[in-house]
Amino acid sequence: MSELNKLTIREAHEGLVAKKFSSTDLTTACFAEIKKKDKDINAFITLDEEGAMKSAAEVDAKIAKGEKIPVLAGVPAGIKDLINTRGVRTTCASPFLKDFVPPYDATVIERLKENGLVMLGKTNLDEFACGSSTEHSFFGVTKNPHDLTRVAGGSSGGSAAATASDMCFYALGTDTGGSIRQPASLCGTYGMKVTYGRVSRSGVTAMASSWDTVGTFGKTPEDIGFVLQAIAGRDVKDSTTPDVAVPDYSKFLTQDVKGLKIGLPKEYFEEGVEKETADTVKAAVAKLEKMGAKVIDVSLPSTKYALAVYYVTMPAELSANLERFDGIRFGKKPKNEPDNLVDYYFAARGEGFSQEIKRRIMIGTYVLSAGYYDAYYKKGLRVRTVIIQDFAKAFEKVDVLIAPVSPFPAFKIGELVDNPLAMYMADALTIPVNAAGLPSLACPAGKSAGGLPIGLQIIAPQFQEGLCLRVGAMVK
Amino acid sequence: MLDEKTVRHVAKLARISLTDEEVAKFTPQLSQVLDYVEILKEVDTKDVPETSQVTGLKDVFQKDEIERSSVSREELLACSELPVDSKQVRVMPAIK
Repeated sequence: MSELNKLTIREAHEGLVAKKFSSTDLTTACFAEIKKKDKDINAFITLDEEGAMKSAAEVDAKIAKGEKIPVLAGVPAGIKDLINTRGVRTTCASPFLKDFVPPYDATVIERLKENGLVMLGKTNLDEFACGSSTEHSFFGVTKNPHDLTRVAGGSSGGSAAATASDMCFYALGTDTGGSIRQPASLCGTYGMKVTYGRVSRSGVTAMASSWDTVGTFGKTPEDIGFVLQAIAGRDVKDSTTPDVAVPDYSKFLTQDVKGLKIGLPKEYFEEGVEKETADTVKAAVAKLEKMGAKVIDVSLPSTKYALAVYYVTMPAELSANLERFDGIRFGKKPKNEPDNLVDYYFAARGEGFSQEIKRRIMIGTYVLSAGYYDAYYKKGLRVRTVIIQDFAKAFEKVDVLIAPVSPFPAFKIGELVDNPLAMYMADALTIPVNAAGLPSLACPAGKSAGGLPIGLQIIAPQFQEGLCLRVGAMVK
Repeated sequence: MLDEKTVRHVAKLARISLTDEEVAKFTPQLSQVLDYVEILKEVDTKDVPETSQVTGLKDVFQKDEIERSSVSREELLACSELPVDSKQVRVMPAIK
């Protein structure tokens, strides 16, 4: 029963139903792979072998009784450690929460449990999802499975590396400015950033509330569709989830791309984007053209302002969201407890947050402070509108947009960590999509001369995740 | 653009204690980011509305009904590292 961990969700499900192997076998295979590889890669912060084996046995019992099981049932997954899991430590990769055990499940976890979730453990990330390399994790960097001297990307680097190296079948992540697509691209796997509001964020630690989304990594677009089917849709606990029907995503995967209009936004292939990356993405698009798609050049002139919009509005929202971390109701108390409350806040937050979080809270506090609010924050919200209008104009002419995900393949560990602005540039091509709340699927497009994965993203209008999957299934 | 005095002031507003080393490190780093975002001034945003919600939802209401939480008071209190007293977390005095 070797190599079971390399199957897709569909193959695993079919094997389970046909009783070729059990969920216990699948789970055992994943833990064997984790034990073999994760000392080097460091994709997981916490493993829950006991819980996973118990969940697997429950699914196996259902199969033995002849019960019909959902497609995800018994198929092992990793969960980004920003997502609350009842009874299993959830750290947000922060010293503040290194011993925090949530008393409740996030809505996405509840929904996956209804679908027979087998959770292997919690995956690594940049602290509070702030970063593009997982170098800002209290639990150490996640290494790229293709080259252990390089980063896996971030912030959902653990989920990306675990999926790409077959330690799990799929893994949940979050994408606020590129945190699913960028690591998916750097690790050579698929990653879906959903429309803002498509998936509930209840129970997921908030970073920047008008940007945050929960999505998934998978080995194929079809597998992504299976996970999305289970987690998408309205949730009363997250009032930003609109009552938009969730389509049957499997229906999109049987359609071809004939006559489909694909836009190539020229700003995504210009300066700052490595030529090899741009050429690889264009070559993949040329193949779609041969299959009958129409390729149209478009322009999104506001692209170069998106990063600045993000680094004004995101820290503002982050600084407000992280106010709740005061070391009182949850989180670590400071080593030496001051004798009054105000000093307690200073000490708890000074010790509990690492440097990148402090930097971002400070930028946010600054741009929201009296005298700067209009110049920075309001201006940022207005330019955000311009970005949204640019996408709307492009979608009058085309069905989807295809562009590189990251301007360059995986960079070396330590290369950008002390140059925050250079690190932020890694997300220059993913952030505009979040600004407009659009869905985007990152797909492997090829490899660099050095053997590193290069990814492309398929961007669609809001709530058209199915279209992303349809095109993604045709990208070879 | 930013000086150390401003960085210390902002840290105070954010209720974060910083070491002298952090102040020295953050001052140029934060200045660099704030200088970078000046690029936004290039965009003409006259008559452009602000966006704070991207899917057009407005005034989302819920039924005014109390739902029992699946989490018990004891479980929530157990999340705190501070002493629990009379079913509440006990904090230090607010006034020195």
